[in-house]
Amino acid sequence: MNPLEQHLTDLRAGGRKLLVPYITGGYPENWTELVGGLAEAGADAIEIGIPFSDPVMDGPTIQESSSKALDAGVTPQEVLAALSQLDVDVPLIAMTYYNICFQMGHENFAKELAKAGVTGTILPDLSLEESHEWTKQANARDIDSILLAAPTSSDERLKQIVQASQGFVYSVGLVGTTGERSELAQSAMDIARRVKSSTDKPVLVGVGISSPEQAQEVCEVADGVIVGSAVIRRILDTGSIDGAIEFVADIRKALD
Amino acid sequence: MTSSGNLSNPVDGRFGEFGGRFVPETLVPACMELEDAFNEAWADPSFRSEFEALLSNYGGRPSEITECYSLSEELGLRLLLKREDLNHTGSHKINNVLGQTLLAKRMGKKRIVAETGAGQHGVATATAAAYFGLECVVYMGEVDIERQALNVFRMELLGAEVRPAVSGSKTLKDAVNEAMRDWVGSVETTYYCLGSCMGPHPYPHMVREFHSVIGNEASAQCKQLLGGDPDYVVACVGGGSNAIGIFSGFVGTDAQLVGVEPEGGAAIGSGEPGVVHGSKSFLMQDAAGQVLEAHSVSAGLDYPGVGPEHAYLAESGQAKYESVNDTEVLAAFERLAQTEGIIPALEPAHGLAWIIRQAEELKGQTVLLNLSGRGDKDVAQVQAIKAGDPQALATMRK
Repeated sequence: MNPLEQHLTDLRAGGRKLLVPYITGGYPENWTELVGGLAEAGADAIEIGIPFSDPVMDGPTIQESSSKALDAGVTPQEVLAALSQLDVDVPLIAMTYYNICFQMGHENFAKELAKAGVTGTILPDLSLEESHEWTKQANARDIDSILLAAPTSSDERLKQIVQASQGFVYSVGLVGTTGERSELAQSAMDIARRVKSSTDKPVLVGVGISSPEQAQEVCEVADGVIVGSAVIRRILDTGSIDGAIEFVADIRKALD
Repeated sequence: MTSSGNLSNPVDGRFGEFGGRFVPETLVPACMELEDAFNEAWADPSFRSEFEALLSNYGGRPSEITECYSLSEELGLRLLLKREDLNHTGSHKINNVLGQTLLAKRMGKKRIVAETGAGQHGVATATAAAYFGLECVVYMGEVDIERQALNVFRMELLGAEVRPAVSGSKTLKDAVNEAMRDWVGSVETTYYCLGSCMGPHPYPHMVREFHSVIGNEASAQCKQLLGGDPDYVVACVGGGSNAIGIFSGFVGTDAQLVGVEPEGGAAIGSGEPGVVHGSKSFLMQDAAGQVLEAHSVSAGLDYPGVGPEHAYLAESGQAKYESVNDTEVLAAFERLAQTEGIIPALEPAHGLAWIIRQAEELKGQTVLLNLSGRGDKDVAQVQAIKAGDPQALATMRK
């Protein structure tokens, strides 16, 4: 078992519900402070988005933060270099689209991630069938390759996905792109149940989780939640990272 | 299953190293379902005959081959045009759209989404949706909505909803992003009618098969007219659907296949292998892998990627890919109008621009150009460019 999955499994064994906030690398300017702030607020791992020009899995909020970072000239190398300077005691997970990994080359990307202290990857457009080569290179550096399970996946596919996914299983809470929703989708509970019943690996639900109440509700079944757009929107609205940190602390309270 | 033309079928969704299925898991099952549905339909004689009947009595096929006597004489070669501009809705796009909407209907889907650049695929999709009584939403870049206002109105007349893509370059690439995001959220009820031979498997293969009618017809027409194949087969390439359609009739023959890209959107000419919009192909991108914005006077070719089978044909040397600039394209556009009385779309004017530039090399040769669409949609833009309108000039490559 790689370090990320070990860490999350240990926390779960202690009765803790897992909280993984997402932030966009390079946005806002003081985003590295946000990493430390979120760790203090009770994040169990932090998902760092490496901005990509064509994020098809993302809704308007994360599209906006990504394009702001890209407009400011942020590159994957800069994001990773900044991470390598950080001293945080929660695992870091890189979230980006496959072309960023492909351009750097699998081996090199794994090496750079390891240097930056990243222990897991989420590449939403790298489907199960296309993921094997990357997973091999990631594993050579003790990095977990996290795969997505979706409400549209058949039971047969879910079985293959949970077997191949490492670190945790990213269970997509609804049929749609990332973004806030006023109510928790029924599909979030359904996918949590389906995935939980097919694996012992940690099961985290992401996409559409927008409030402490929704996080709490879905964690009645799931092992944890990933919260992205609701965090980013607070930064976009205020230009400050404080509201985002408070929000994550509120979710932590709701889950404990 | 055998291919309908001379091109081979993909193996595990790939043409050589290109292609694949790089989409979020939410869409993978839909792509698998589509692959099965297409394979089954394409092997079903009743689907094939329904498709062929539609192409003929609704689409207006077969399209003619026109001999360009005046321009041939001026250029010192024999120029033939495959007249896809004469199809219903004014371009080759209707072939693919009729195939896909027929398939959508067979799959029980009630809603269609599509992306469009110049608006030709959007108009074709809106047309087929109206014909089959399906709900239709077309995503179109905000910039393209401005430069192709006529096609926007056409789509609306046909009952489609046109939604602007306002992110990034606000052109075709961004319209594809928006259509894919829509599909990510609506995949259970919606059919994504992709307009070119790109995207995740099975789209590149399926779109090629629906357009192979162009190559099959042209091959038979050339045999009758020339007693054999032409020396050159030329087509413009953005995503590359009209090119793959006509190439499918001539791959493996002595005809030299030439795809012509816009200089500002030459994925094969100036790109590197990369992955976007579901498949691995050549892509205009920066060193980090961020996709670059294409710049072309023609909205239909304003795309930084290219269909994966073209990447494969280029790598394996079965076709060659050249590029032309906007000035050459505008000159070719006018020249065809004035010598042959045919106003081409700006897209196939790229193919003609290459032929004109290479006339010396092509001397005495027989050249078949796929005239993929008519130029009505471009007339206002060209008029504005000629009048020196700064907004229209801005559509040209900087």
